[in-house]
Amino acid sequence: MDYLFSVAAIAGINIIMALSFYLPFITGQISLGQAGFMAIGAYASAVCSVKFGIPYVPAVLLGGVMAGVAGFVLGMPALRIKGIYLLLLTMGFGEIVRVIFINIDYVGGAAGLGGIPYQEYTTLYAYGTVVILTVFFYRLRKSRMGRAFQAIGDDEDTAEIIGVNIATAKLTAFSVGAFIAGIGGGILAHFQEYIEPLMFGVMHGVEFIVFAIFGGIQIFWGPIFGALALTFIPEFLREIQEWRMELYGLLLIVMMIVRPQGVIGLDVIKWIKKKLLRIR
Amino acid sequence: MILEIRNVTKYYDGFCALHNIPITVEEGKIHAIIGPNGAGKTTLFNLISGMLDITTGDIFFKGKKINKQKPNYRAKDGIGRTFQIIRLFNSMTVLENVMLGRHCKTSAGLLKTFFRLSLKEPNEEKEIRERALECLDFVGMVDKAEQMASSLPHAEQRRVEIARALNLEPELVLLDEPAAGMNPKETNDLDSLILRINNDLDKTILLIEHNMTLVMGISEIVSVLNFGEKIAEGSPSEVQANPAVIEAYLGKGGDD
Ligand SMILES: Nc1ncnc2c1ncn2[C@@H]1O[C@H](COP(=O)(O)OP(=O)(O)O)[C@@H](O)[C@H]1O
Ligand SMILES: [Mg+2]
Repeated sequence: MDYLFSVAAIAGINIIMALSFYLPFITGQISLGQAGFMAIGAYASAVCSVKFGIPYVPAVLLGGVMAGVAGFVLGMPALRIKGIYLLLLTMGFGEIVRVIFINIDYVGGAAGLGGIPYQEYTTLYAYGTVVILTVFFYRLRKSRMGRAFQAIGDDEDTAEIIGVNIATAKLTAFSVGAFIAGIGGGILAHFQEYIEPLMFGVMHGVEFIVFAIFGGIQIFWGPIFGALALTFIPEFLREIQEWRMELYGLLLIVMMIVRPQGVIGLDVIKWIKKKLLRIR
Repeated sequence: MILEIRNVTKYYDGFCALHNIPITVEEGKIHAIIGPNGAGKTTLFNLISGMLDITTGDIFFKGKKINKQKPNYRAKDGIGRTFQIIRLFNSMTVLENVMLGRHCKTSAGLLKTFFRLSLKEPNEEKEIRERALECLDFVGMVDKAEQMASSLPHAEQRRVEIARALNLEPELVLLDEPAAGMNPKETNDLDSLILRINNDLDKTILLIEHNMTLVMGISEIVSVLNFGEKIAEGSPSEVQANPAVIEAYLGKGGDD
């Protein structure tokens, strides 16, 4: 039971991270650096708790804000570049964040930072955050900014010509994505009680992308589903745990061929809605 | 005058696509720009809407110099446009596409979107949607509102693109070869739509066509471009009788 709860908590955090990747992704910004923002959120909130005795919720929120500020700063050069260059920029950022934390003795350097107060209701907080994010993404889809985000993802030149301030929109999406990742980091830190720079490597950032791409990128239910499925399934099939990364690679190749929009596409949502209406 | 193009020159690397072009667009008119393929018409539109930077010269809109203004601010100031090759947002519905046209006239940000207790649709969102439906109704596409934009036939996509431009409440509407790829009936319908935009909505229209005969019936003034130069300007009948214009079109092998 404990074990199941712990997997559930990690799955919740993974959903938060997949959504943090998904928000800037809607505007066409592919970030490999979400693990870096997660690290900032984790360390900032841990410092708040450990060094200043700040309670859980404000500590985690402060971690999110710090990550959001970092996202804003990185988001500015990110406006000018696209595709592979943005991938490299965000990947470089993730590595730099790690190296910086390794070299700050105040937060334990390479040895990491321990003694973070354990949050026994992590599962509750994680899924509470997921619920809030679900409401956010749901409202976003039917809003002025949400449409602008999606238009930019479709064709940013046209979006700009018809009147969308693409710099503001992209920077907003990137910063809020970073904020969400920071919240994920804060929740993780207070669940593991101990964090070290190694936990926030680039491969972790890749994992969040895999969640989203596998689950689906047409609508926010996709990343939620992807994170849940890809956290739980390997846990129940212990034998495949150590082959996880290889499996992800294979899975992505198969998806690209069979169903590039991911498992949960708009067609699936439509189908579910129809079924629900029929039952009612 | 609503738009003044003053001696505008545009170079693509070494290639001169427009040379010293002066064009003045009077408020309330339907002003056509014609010329053979490659004359520089689309380039001129891209300079006006801000997709491209001018090499030399100036563009004034409502008396204000807009050379350096970003495209989205030009839209906000009242320049709406459609594209030679239709540019709708393919992942979105017809209605959402047209709603986007009103983006820069509205203000709701992320915080306002998220932090509200009421489950009701916010007023601004409702207004955007109703306005968009009005625009779709105006172009005769309201019954297709919920369809994906990409699923429509070409002529209907063109109407949606026009509705999106109208939702901006522009003062100047730029239409780049709106009749391209349409059959005679669709072209006729389009002509009457353009006239209604001009008459009923009081919009100034700058219209590109490379097929000379099409625009003659609806435009009040015609400027003719050829190889980046303005070679003639005047009423449709004046332009049609102009030897330089006939030469430009015949030299190209007729009305291609
Ligand atoms: N982005 C570009 N880069 C280089 N040359 C271009 C570009 N766009 C257009 N041209 C060239 O400029 C000339 C004018 O093109 P365009 O404005 O599209 O003409 P029109 O719309 O009148 O057919 C053509 O010779 C075309 O090849
Ligand atoms: Mg053209």
